Amino acid sequence: MAPMTSPFASETFTLDGKPTPFAPGQTVLEAALAAGHYIPHLCWHPEMGNHGSCRLCVVEANGRIHASCALPAQPGLQVVSKSETLTRVRRTLLEMLFAEGNHFCPGCEKSGDCLLQALAYAHGMTASHFDPFYPQRRIDASHPDLWLDPNRCILCGLCVRASLAEGKEALVIGGRGIASRLLATSPSGLLGDTALAATDRAARICPVGALNFKEVGFASPIGKRRFDHRPPEAMSDKERYT
Amino acid sequence: MTATAPTTTPPRKIRIATASLAGCFGCHMSFADIDTRLLALSEWVTFDRSPLTDWKTVGECDIALIEGGVCNAENVEVLRAFRRAARILVAVGACAINGGLPAQRNHHRVEALLTHVFETDRHLAPGSRVPNDPELPLLLEHVHPIHEIVRVDYYLPGCPPTAEVIWTFLMDLLAGREPHFPYPMLRYD
Repeated sequence: MAPMTSPFASETFTLDGKPTPFAPGQTVLEAALAAGHYIPHLCWHPEMGNHGSCRLCVVEANGRIHASCALPAQPGLQVVSKSETLTRVRRTLLEMLFAEGNHFCPGCEKSGDCLLQALAYAHGMTASHFDPFYPQRRIDASHPDLWLDPNRCILCGLCVRASLAEGKEALVIGGRGIASRLLATSPSGLLGDTALAATDRAARICPVGALNFKEVGFASPIGKRRFDHRPPEAMSDKERYT
Repeated sequence: MTATAPTTTPPRKIRIATASLAGCFGCHMSFADIDTRLLALSEWVTFDRSPLTDWKTVGECDIALIEGGVCNAENVEVLRAFRRAARILVAVGACAINGGLPAQRNHHRVEALLTHVFETDRHLAPGSRVPNDPELPLLLEHVHPIHEIVRVDYYLPGCPPTAEVIWTFLMDLLAGREPHFPYPMLRYD
């Protein structure tokens, strides 16, 4: 993707040794991506903004590690987004996400089309070194056009934010700690009893294999799937985001 | 080039053992997908216990390639024997790494599954029961990746790993290099 500089960019900060322009109010992640400088992220989205849950966008600045999606750009700020420590931290975060859910890619219709998987490949993750949690959450297939596998959900909150923004308020993340999970806001707790529709923005924003359309799986040949040959870093916004 | 010192003993061939636990034998088939390179490999290595040899018990070896998760008592016993025997133990494929698709049975009670298949299925002969002979290993309550039972030295991801990954890995180990897989070689599916 050609580097794009915001027309309002006036100041600069230093990102991995390079001067990076930013507009007032931009976060380090927003300014970096606008300048064509990729920083790994899962829960940030150009339309929905930041969430702060995935922690993959961590960078070193002011002598500590910050989430770049929440770190406001400041004139002259020194930011490191690539280091051995950051790669190791991100790989650990990816291994935590894999261990927490049931990420059996061999039977998942989002394989090759999944941001979590692509980021794990890009970080050279050969396996999650943690003991698996093997969660036992039930699939919700109550909706006529959509289905939810909560054991693949990474709690990025993109579907919740999309549904809120378009006035449906169909989804919410509930529970605390490891019990946190995506829930339908209907009194029955079923997706089919919410106003969620297949045409909704929320219905197609999930970056992994959690919230899916029914009966459309395994349509792309292996070798032609979204992430088959290129890591997220090498993609345009159009391809990278759902 | 400097002359190499004469060796007093002939170079020892690398010894490889392989096993399938709760596997589908697909990782072994992907290994066989290295095709005619198997002939070259046979010059450089010797195989200990493996589904491809007739050795019944595993002996001291350099590398153990393990496919499949751990689903029953015999799997545990075999896995521990391979760990004791091998210098380098390798988890091959999705099942050995995180339980794989067989670990989807962790959503169910193992008693319910056995009863469903051996007693209540409507295509069974009348009086069919869950097998009860001590010759048969008991299933564990859940399926586990092998790293929950023994220490693992390397993981080869994929369902199955491609022949290129398996070949690259073995060539790296044989040459004494640390194995490395670039982005296009990594697959979990």
